[in-house]
Amino acid sequence: MSLTIPDGEFVAIMGQNGAGKTTLVKHFNGLLKPTKGEVLVDGVSTRSVSVAKLARKIGFVFQNPDHQLFSETVEEEIAFALRNFGFEEATIEKHVTWALNLLDLTEYRKASPFMLSGGERKRVALASVLAWDPSVVILDEPTIGQDHKQKEKLRQFIVQLNEQGKTVVIVTHDVEFVAECNPRVILMVDGKIVASGEAKRILSDAALTYSASIVPPQITQVFHNLANFGLPSDVIDVYEAKKILLGLFGEIKR
Amino acid sequence: MAVIETKSLEYAYPGVNKPSLKDISLSIEKGEFVMLTGPSGCGKTTLCRCLNGLIPHFYGGEMNGELIVAGLRVSEHPINELAKRVGLVFQNPENQLFALSVEKDVAFGLENMGVPRYEIQKRVDWALQIAGIEDLRERAPHELSGGQQQRVAIAGVLAMQPEIMIFDEPTSFLDPLGAQKIFEVINDLNKKLAITVILVEHRLDLASKYADHVIVIDEGKVVLDGEPREIFNSETAWLLGVGVPKVVRLWHLLKENGMSLSGVPVNSEEATSFLLEVLKRR
Repeated sequence: MSLTIPDGEFVAIMGQNGAGKTTLVKHFNGLLKPTKGEVLVDGVSTRSVSVAKLARKIGFVFQNPDHQLFSETVEEEIAFALRNFGFEEATIEKHVTWALNLLDLTEYRKASPFMLSGGERKRVALASVLAWDPSVVILDEPTIGQDHKQKEKLRQFIVQLNEQGKTVVIVTHDVEFVAECNPRVILMVDGKIVASGEAKRILSDAALTYSASIVPPQITQVFHNLANFGLPSDVIDVYEAKKILLGLFGEIKR
Repeated sequence: MAVIETKSLEYAYPGVNKPSLKDISLSIEKGEFVMLTGPSGCGKTTLCRCLNGLIPHFYGGEMNGELIVAGLRVSEHPINELAKRVGLVFQNPENQLFALSVEKDVAFGLENMGVPRYEIQKRVDWALQIAGIEDLRERAPHELSGGQQQRVAIAGVLAMQPEIMIFDEPTSFLDPLGAQKIFEVINDLNKKLAITVILVEHRLDLASKYADHVIVIDEGKVVLDGEPREIFNSETAWLLGVGVPKVVRLWHLLKENGMSLSGVPVNSEEATSFLLEVLKRR
């Protein structure tokens, strides 16, 4: 596998369960070292740097929050990494408050993470990593257990992170979420990259997506079904779909 | 006949002053396919735990009001008795599987119920076949893919032949095709075996076509309760941020701009046929 992610890019790694997505991203912060070949982060081989050192630069949020959470309160959970990195208490307090607010968790500040719902625990895991402001953020299935509103907030936040120049890598099955975010999509099957490119191009290629156990977005499916009427085949966005249909409808009226 | 009936059900976890469920009054008929949804943290999982007696028997806390499941008043019957009638499949199969082979995992519930050996064999075979995993019988659950693991978890619950099965976001760890296959297994349980299904889901775009009853919970209260089409079209669902399918959103956007279709589509097939009517008029 050969892959380059430029500084400040927003990438979604997609593919079926067991395709190797999580295994791939675990190489990015040195949790796994390659058996053969090399992984360079900012030009430095991950073999020559400790995971602790890489972690300051690369934040990793696991798929299952229960693999990550262990503190007695949400607040301590978020402060944990900050203390390890040696931030001053006043700064820690500021970052914790910021992260709680960002992920709608302020009311649970003193609660045990284990008393929270699945979706809320996922947000605590996100908060605990975003709090130290890493320059690369890897999110493994960030939308699991999130309702539409939380997803929309997450999307806005990811886009904002990316606009601030951060590199964002998400691993996800959530086709509709990717359709709304519009990142570069890297599609994996059986440990290999089978396609890489604009979300619009990859997600609207039905044969390609099915080969990776992914289903094209609902809007794309509808447009494919109506291809005979001259509807374009690469529409993934609901607003674009609206524009095209209204155009056609205008013609019909006339 | 209602197989699940609640009247003014209220529940608070121990040590928490705010109740997690408030004034829940619901009626679920035998054989229904119910989709339970609502914002993250709204009480969906808590309600599921009440239905098989984990609340109050395991979690403790204070439960008020009336809750009758499969003819049993939950507060008066222990979990092991309720478990025979009401099966619960968790979100993450990893939290449910533990045996060294699929077969042993599926047999575990039956062994605990004291079912005779030959009957266990028969029921395990049956459950593996329905879940489509006969070929995985000897495999170790932890070596399987997420989708396969979820089927093992389903088979383990199914083997107990419950009349109600509850699935708490059973596909959130699965890829879309894997998820679709699990929804089809669940749909078969409902349509072919007449098991009452309660499915907790956020991915309404994938699941909505199977349900005939949708319940939306917010802040521990039932805010919507009815047919899928009626719910997706309601203002409240939008305001709550329920994951209304994309085709419903498209329908709204078109309607706002003066293009009306003959109905509210709940899946891509319906959206296709409604749009087809308009396009054919051209």
